[in-house]
Amino acid sequence: MAIVTPDPRRIIYRRPDLLTNTSTHYCPGCGHGIIHRLVAELLDDMHLGPRTIGVASVGCSVFVYDYLAVDFVEAPHGRAPAVATGVRRVRPDAFVFTYQGDGDLAAIGTAEIVHAAARGERICVIFVNNGIYGMTGGQMAPTTLLGQRTTSSPAGREASTAGYPIPITEMLALLPGVSYAARGSIADPQWVGRTKAMLRRAFEVQLAGGGLSIVEILSTCPVGWGMTPIESMEHLARDVVRTYPLGVLVDRPKDARTVAGQA
Amino acid sequence: MAIAEAPNSIHRGHGVVRPILMKGNEAMAEAAIQAGCDAYFGYPITPQAELLEWMARRMPELGRVFVQAESELAAINMALGAAATGARVLVSSSSPGISLMAEGMSYLAGSELPIVLINVVRGGPGLGSIGPSQSDYFQATKGHGHGDYRVPVLAPSSIAESVELVADAFEMAERYRTPVMILADGVMGQAMEAVVPVYRMPVRQPAGWELTGAADRAPRVIRSLHLRPEDLETHNRHLQAKFTAIAEREMRWAGECLEDAEIVIVAYGTAARVARTAIERARDGGLRAGLFRPISLWPFPSSWLSSSAPDLRAIVVVEMSAGQMIEDVRLAVEGRTPVFFHGRTGGMVPTPGEVVDALRRAWALTTPKRRPSVLDEIAPDDEPDPLSLIELGAWAAARRCPTRRMAGVTRWRS
Repeated sequence: MAIVTPDPRRIIYRRPDLLTNTSTHYCPGCGHGIIHRLVAELLDDMHLGPRTIGVASVGCSVFVYDYLAVDFVEAPHGRAPAVATGVRRVRPDAFVFTYQGDGDLAAIGTAEIVHAAARGERICVIFVNNGIYGMTGGQMAPTTLLGQRTTSSPAGREASTAGYPIPITEMLALLPGVSYAARGSIADPQWVGRTKAMLRRAFEVQLAGGGLSIVEILSTCPVGWGMTPIESMEHLARDVVRTYPLGVLVDRPKDARTVAGQA
Repeated sequence: MAIAEAPNSIHRGHGVVRPILMKGNEAMAEAAIQAGCDAYFGYPITPQAELLEWMARRMPELGRVFVQAESELAAINMALGAAATGARVLVSSSSPGISLMAEGMSYLAGSELPIVLINVVRGGPGLGSIGPSQSDYFQATKGHGHGDYRVPVLAPSSIAESVELVADAFEMAERYRTPVMILADGVMGQAMEAVVPVYRMPVRQPAGWELTGAADRAPRVIRSLHLRPEDLETHNRHLQAKFTAIAEREMRWAGECLEDAEIVIVAYGTAARVARTAIERARDGGLRAGLFRPISLWPFPSSWLSSSAPDLRAIVVVEMSAGQMIEDVRLAVEGRTPVFFHGRTGGMVPTPGEVVDALRRAWALTTPKRRPSVLDEIAPDDEPDPLSLIELGAWAAARRCPTRRMAGVTRWRS
């Protein structure tokens, strides 16, 4: 029986073509780098680069256009789904996605995301939830866990005064215009892989003419959380998922009753 | 049997295009469609709702984009997205909605994206009224959102003119990569007037910056964020150079009866229509009044006012506001001639009688400027005591001069 020796020159891990060759401005332990890579890998695999128009939002990830080598337009805070609607409607052949944080999508941008979903806009929403306003220095977000200390909830988030975390993806999954909704995580390699599969499915749904697809990705903010990168990953895997359970919420590309952009 | 031709018909090709009666909002909407508008985004608000309704019917008919957004905030951002791909985009609203769009206007200006925004102004502040007003002049001309930027503002004074200005606005927006606003008060939106349905479609120039997907070229980013102060200052210098070029090339105004005028009314939009009637009456009463009507509110057409101010006895600014454009008039005049004001607010429109009174008051409180003119047959010592207003009527009757028809429109364009 012959022993097959692996070709030592076979490349098993490399920088995706659409990920720019530069160091990012993200803090050590931040999840954006992993998620950017997943997006770049999928755009490469699915040959979407030349027809992609991305919409960057406000927050740490506004500079996503420095790291993904595709056309990008920058939206005002929270308005990315409206901007993406404009792009989508006049460019029916483009692949359109937004990249938004939880401060952007779940607070100031709730009207825009809910109505883009209600209209069943044929866009993908990559929703990175780290439960905090990272860019402005770690203030409480609508997604902040109960009891979590932030610079604007120094005693920990109190439901009596600051309300409860918003399960926004579950809310959106109720709308018939949403064809795919899922929540992944970057807490461990297994979930990174599953999250990539969710993103792939979300992209496919758009290409198949489905309505809005959203993948919420639970991520970290070690600096904002006051943890080391390893502690933050452990906290994400152990605690955050109890408020935000992982999994696919909706996958109905053919059932969506309102599909915008599909004449 | 020959049919009598309507007075303003236009001969075109083998046929004659006859005027039709159109509502202002609908005329502006159709003008945008005929100018090649690819996409319209809006939200219902009085008194511009008919514009949105016209687009809702017409745009899908033509296979173009119409979206009724969930808010004015969303509408302007949809416009931002569509404009980023090089589409010709129209957005419309009225005052409270424009306040919500202020954020988007700042981003559009910063990102250098062309759109046309129509504001059919209603009375304010706050929810105000749904009556016609010009109280958004400051907002329109001095900046809507944050940051150092200017947006060209065009103000129609008739529905026929609004049709022309919509096409001009698209052309200007694309030439300078800037949002352009049409400031039409509620009367311009709601009134019906004869319009000759002849439209102009500005030529489409290849943009070279639009987002189409980075196929066979480097990726493009449309942004307003420049975190390094050095970069943002460079960007601001570029924007300011553009605004300077616009200010030099795009001042527009119309003048009526200015040749022999001793008192000039400065008014735009519906207020200018009222002023025109008042000027006819004043001339019947012996007061040589003229009209200076700004069409571009930014850039404000200050050159004629600035050069003529020393020769004028007085200037009367008439606005449907508590006095906003008057500040730009005063800046142009630089104190060289008295500037008076008459305005109504809240959706009220000044009457011609009120404006004639304002002219008489201005006349009574000023002394004549001597300037050589064959038309100037009245010696200053013939004039009554400026404070004895009782004598004024009798004196003006004796000084009766014929009304000059309101032809002679001298419209200056670069």
